[in-house]
Formats: sequence, C-alpha cells, structure tokens
Amino acid sequence: MRLAERLPRPLVIFFTVIGPGFITAMVDNDAGGIYTYSQAGALFGYMLLWTLPPIALLLVVTQEMNARMGAVTGKGLSDLIREEFGLRTTFALMTLLVVANLTNVMANFAGVASALELFRVSRYVSVPIAAVAVWFLVVKGTYHSVEKIFLFACVTYIAYIIAAVLINPDWEASALASVRPVVRWDPVYLTMLVGLVGTSVAPWMQFYLQAAVVEKGVTVKEYAESRIEVIVGCIVMVVVAFFIIVACAAAIWQKGPREIASASEAAEALRPFGEYAYLLFCAGLLNASLFAASILPLSTAYSVCEGLGFESGVNKRFREAPVFYWLYTGLIVIGGAVVLIPGFPLVRMILLSQVVNGVLLPLVLVFMLRLVNNANLMHEWRNPRFYNVVAWVAVFVLIAMTVVLVGSSVRGMFVSATSVASSQ
Amino acid sequence: MADTLLFLTELIGMRVFDLKGRRIGRVRDAGLLPRVDKVRIDQFLVGGEWNWWSVRHDQVGTISLDGISLRDEQLVPYHDDVWMLRMARDLLDQQIIDAKGRKVVRVNDVTFDLKRVNGHDELHVLEVDVGMRSIFRRLCQGVVPPRAVRRMMSGIAPNSIRWEFCNIIEPDPQRRLRLKIDMKALESIHPADLADIVEELSHEGREAVFESLDSEVAAETLSEVDDTKTQAAILESLDADRAADIVEEMSPDEAADVLAEMEEASSEAILGEMEAAEKTDVEELLEFDENSAGGLMNSEFIAVPDTGTVADAIRVIRENEEQVDSLTNVFLVDGAGRLSAALPVGRLFLVDPTALLKPLAGEDEVVAVPVTERRKRVEELVDKYNLMSLPVVDEAGVLVGVVTADDVISMLRQD
Repeated sequence: MRLAERLPRPLVIFFTVIGPGFITAMVDNDAGGIYTYSQAGALFGYMLLWTLPPIALLLVVTQEMNARMGAVTGKGLSDLIREEFGLRTTFALMTLLVVANLTNVMANFAGVASALELFRVSRYVSVPIAAVAVWFLVVKGTYHSVEKIFLFACVTYIAYIIAAVLINPDWEASALASVRPVVRWDPVYLTMLVGLVGTSVAPWMQFYLQAAVVEKGVTVKEYAESRIEVIVGCIVMVVVAFFIIVACAAAIWQKGPREIASASEAAEALRPFGEYAYLLFCAGLLNASLFAASILPLSTAYSVCEGLGFESGVNKRFREAPVFYWLYTGLIVIGGAVVLIPGFPLVRMILLSQVVNGVLLPLVLVFMLRLVNNANLMHEWRNPRFYNVVAWVAVFVLIAMTVVLVGSSVRGMFVSATSVASSQ
Repeated sequence: MADTLLFLTELIGMRVFDLKGRRIGRVRDAGLLPRVDKVRIDQFLVGGEWNWWSVRHDQVGTISLDGISLRDEQLVPYHDDVWMLRMARDLLDQQIIDAKGRKVVRVNDVTFDLKRVNGHDELHVLEVDVGMRSIFRRLCQGVVPPRAVRRMMSGIAPNSIRWEFCNIIEPDPQRRLRLKIDMKALESIHPADLADIVEELSHEGREAVFESLDSEVAAETLSEVDDTKTQAAILESLDADRAADIVEEMSPDEAADVLAEMEEASSEAILGEMEAAEKTDVEELLEFDENSAGGLMNSEFIAVPDTGTVADAIRVIRENEEQVDSLTNVFLVDGAGRLSAALPVGRLFLVDPTALLKPLAGEDEVVAVPVTERRKRVEELVDKYNLMSLPVVDEAGVLVGVVTADDVISMLRQD
C-alpha cells in the first residue's frame, strides 16, 4: 500500500491489473520460448506463422479452464487429480512432470549461460551464481518484491516489436503465412511444430496458473474479471511470439535459412538496434530465464508435494517439509549442474526441452478435460461444448504429431543402421 | 503385531470365499456406519461379476492376507447407503483435518485392527496413514505380493494419525448429520492454528468447517484468518443467519472490517439477521473510514466514573467478563463520558478495594486520538508511548473506542 502512494499513477494501474493470468503468460516466454520462436523464424521464415492463431486459441482455452477450475473448486490441479484419479495415477503424472520440468529448468539456466556468454562471462561463473541467487530469493521469501521487477523488465519484449518494424520485413508475406497452414513431413519441421506448441502451452504453466488463482483466493464471483486478465495475458504472449518470429525471419532467414546455434546468432534479430542489439537481447533473455528459474522449480515442488500429500511451503522449516525442500533444491542443483557439463549443447537442449513439454501436454490436457467436465466438481461451470472440441482436437493432433515424430526418428535410425549394414 | 493389523490397500482386491471355499468375488470397498459403531467396519462390498454384494460384518468368518472366508452366504445386493462412510470412496485420497497435529493431511491408506469377536473376525479402524510408507505401499499394491510389501516397508518409519483425531470434511450438511461428523475435536485447537488449517482447505471445506463449529469458536477462528478477503468469502458462502451468529460473536471492529470487505447485498443480509445491540455496534464502526482511528478501533472497553473506587472498577470488569482476556487498561471518564485518565489494570492489585481510582491513575496526561486521526499517526503514538491500548475520543472528548496493540501489529505486518 505504501508503495502505491509513491509510484506514478500509470504504474499503479499497471500493477493492479497484473494477476495470475498475466504473470503466467509473461513467464511463458522464458529461455525456451525465446529460442524456439527465434529458431522457427530463422529456419523456416514466415512458414510457421500459421501455427500462432491455433496456438493462441488453445492457450486461451487451457488457461481459462485452469483459472475456472481454481476459482470454482478452490483446489490446485494436482489436488484435483489426486482426489479424482487416485495416488498411482498422480504419482505417474508427477514423475513425468518432474522430468519435463527439470528439462525446462535446465533450459532456463542454459538461457542464463548463453545470455552472459555474449559478454564473455563463463558459464561456470554465471550459472552457479544464478542458481544460488534464485534459491535464496525464493527461500528467504523476498520473491514477491522481486516479482514486480521481473514483470516490469518484461517490457524489453517490446524491443522485438520495434526491431521487427525497423527491419522492414515482408509484411504481406507474413500476413499471408499467418493464415496458410503448411505441413511438411520432415522430422525437423515436425519437431519445430511440437516445440512451438510445447513452449506456448507448457504443462508446468497449467499447474502454476491454477495454484496462483487458488492462492489469490479468486472465487466464482470475481472470476469474470480474472478471465479477462487471463485472455489479455495470452494475447500479449502470442503477439510477442509473432514479432520474435518475424524479426528472426527477416534478419536471419532472409539472408539464408539456418539453425540458431548460439545466443549471438539469435541476437542478430535485433540488429536494427545496432550495437545495442546484443545488450537488449541479453537483458531480455536474462530476465526471462531468471524469472522462469525462480518460478518453475518452486511450482514443481508445490505441485508434487500437494499431489502426494507432503508438507510444503517456503515458510516452513527444512525439517517440517523435507520432501519439498529436497525437490526444490534438487531441481535447481541438477538443472544448473547439467548445463555445466563441458560441451553441453545449450541451444539444442533448450529446444529439446520445449519438445518434451509438447509431448507431455496431451496427457495433462486429458486429465484437465475429465476434471473440468465433471458435474460434481464444477457444477454449472462445466466446459461449454466449444472448449471441449478445441481441446480434444488439440489432444489428438498433438498425439498424432508426437507419434509421427517418434516414428520418423526411429525410421531414420533404422534406415541409417541398415545402410551401414548393407555397405559392409 | 503384523498379524493383527490389516491395511486398506491390502483389503481392497482381497479374494472372498464362500462356505465351500469357492471364490465369489473381490473386496471393492468397506463401509463404516458411524451412527452404529464408530470404528467397526460394518459391511464389506464384494464385487461379483455384474454387481456388488454387501457382506455384513457378522457374516464374515476369517480374514487374513490370503482372503476373507464367509460363514454365512445369505448376501444382499449392495445399495448405496447414505449413512455409510465408505473407506475407498470417501476417505482414500481425500483431505482430512488432523486435530492432534493441527494440520490438513491427505489420506494415503487406512490401518485396521483385526479382532476376533464372538467367533468371527472383525476389522476396526485404527489409524489413517499419511507419509512415505503408505505411499510406497499404495504404489506396490497389486504389483508385489502383500507379504513382500510388508517386509520391504519395515525399514520406513510409519506416519499415522489415530482415528479419533481424524476429522472428515464433508460439504453436505445432511450427510454430515448422517455420518455424525461434528467437528467437536476442532474446537479444542487454538483459533490461530484452526485459522491456518482453514486457509489450506478448499472453498467447500471452509464452508463445511464454519457451518459445523460452535459460533464463538467460529468467530475467533474467522478473526484469525489472515486475509480479510478470505474472511469475507467464507462468510458469503454461509447462510445469512449462520453468518450473523458468527459475526455477533466477533468483536465489533473485526466484524466491521469483514463486513466492509463484502458486497453490499451480502453484508446487508447479514446485518439484517443480527441482534439489535451487536448490529448497532457494528454499524457505528462501519461509518468510519477504514484507515482512520475510528475504523481501527474496538468499541468495547471498560470505562469507570473517575470519582469511583477500585471496588467499582472490579464490579464493572466483572460485568464485562468477555473482555477480560485482552484487558490492559481501565479508562476513567467524567460525568459526561469524557475521557479523563487511563489506568493500567495491574495497578488495581496494589491497593485496597476502597481506594479511589483518580489518584491511582496518576498525573500524566492521557494520550488519546480523535476518531478522524490517520492510521500512520495512530501507529506512531502506540510506538512512542509504548501503549497497549490507545483510547479514541469524539469531538466532545467522549470516549468512543480503543485501538489495541495487536491490531497495530497486524496492520504493520501487512505493509
């Protein structure tokens, strides 16, 4: 309250509008997001822009379902899954979630490493410092004050919008590409597709958003305002994604399509800013990575502990909530340590982590759909038919893509094995 | 020890044999009838091929890890019984309140005591299992044979809550009645701890708890809930008359804070159901801006005429015994009700009952604030003069309320 009296009015409004939906959407653009969108633009130009409207739709639908479930039941997603589907199912899902989230934590520390490597800071310095800083920030309870700083720093995404405009891309081509679906059957393209969905609609976000809505104490009465805030957040996120892809398409793909292998190549997209390009990119990436690295391990630990019935909470002593603290610390330590392995392909792993998200997503969606359509649970707030259609179509498409992806990778390995054999 | 205990995870799926030793099905669930017996499993629900049978506890012969053998085959098809608490459906994986540990836990498993009564085996509910051991057991259920699981588990420490300390959270009031869920055990928990518990529950759970608790306990607990928004949400979920019962038991300043946070329609409805005296007290406080001394103050205080004696003061205190636990000062007022002095209550013990109050209060000018005073200034004064309670007066100097130190602490913590 005191802070509000000191800030200028526009900022006050900005902070009051911020709610769980908006925050989730901003954190969604973590290191994985930035690199995946950049890669999509650099490698395929405008070709993948058509995925954004369907992704936006899916994002809005899933986020809204989570916010609704949180407001109506007052329980988190893992609590609901535990109560409706039992311990074994919850345990299996939590294991998969921890694995997927661990890869995302890795991706974010990799983001920190690659951002600071732009300025010749060794990853062996940046990552441990970041890990320790994040750990203390959250455990000492000062996270909330810093959250405002993170959110405010998200304003750096505007740099992409400005860069995209300054580069003068082919607006007509990008507009056309946004509505013309292109499907290529090669593994690289499909991987990119799954990664794009995975980074926009990450499973960990579903758990985080519902828990944030519950913690905020949103009830059915206030839900209508929350819903608007959720939708606004999703739209903002997709708009930023659009401009990242366009900026990279114009700056990199135009010159010759290639994979992004390092932060310096990704920063090319901000070239119109001249010598500030690298600085802006580093700032944006660093902010996004630290923001996500603060939220992700914590959210995972909370989800798992709630689902399995362990004590949780940063306000508890280590002795009182051992599983929670071990899990939280473990995610940060392992996430950071893996990144420090010599020769670790930073960008490749970041992209892979988003593909893992995309593979796990259909499973989480299925659970969510079963829950949100349960009349006992949701009373008159069950899903309208439109939502169910969108979500189920997404589930099937994602599963199909994953199967094809795995199939073609296996076939690739098989083919190369037989060709090696036959050449003997 | 191992042979007199049985776990729910072992019971579910256990084979059931008839008099000739033929298998007739597997146990699907077990039911307790709280109105008949609080711990004895009354019925076993056995899944046949197409339907479930209900096996009464006295129809069971023996129970062991190898299966249940019946001694009476007259079985009745199972019909859903609203008076029955089913172990797997209603208890497993649900949240319950641990009255002894003062927290909310999730049920992983249930431990039964296997007793031989009147020539047949019976199961009595002993404890509810939470924690690692029960998780491990649940995960291995059906995959690893029960005896092997028991051997493996012996290394992990058990973590259980005795059945008598378990409080089931049931949103439906009718069913609460039928299952004899009364939450009496919760009333012995300190309101602050109970508020912590309530904060961990879902909307339905909170409603269930506040509907069942004694009004006074409910009021104390509600005032200890951290966030006024949550307090308001809880009250809004209750019926207006039940909410009014609770609000009446709260101190007027806290009641005013919560009602101010609610929507007009809801707070009007609750005020409408309240008794006249309490209602006026709260309405007076609602008039004040929440950030002024008037909005912070409590209109309950002990005021004694400044011409009185210690005996008079003690008499007034006895007439207002509900304020005793938080009493720090007795205020002296003149004939018109204007504040003249503040007397720390401890001083009453130093002299005879016949002693006059005025000299006891001393010469220091009493520190007081007008109802319109800003919150920050109130905080400063409480700190500067080391006050436990700061009197509040109106334009005429008449004592109208008191701001207590604990309210100031709560406000400072929220900043």
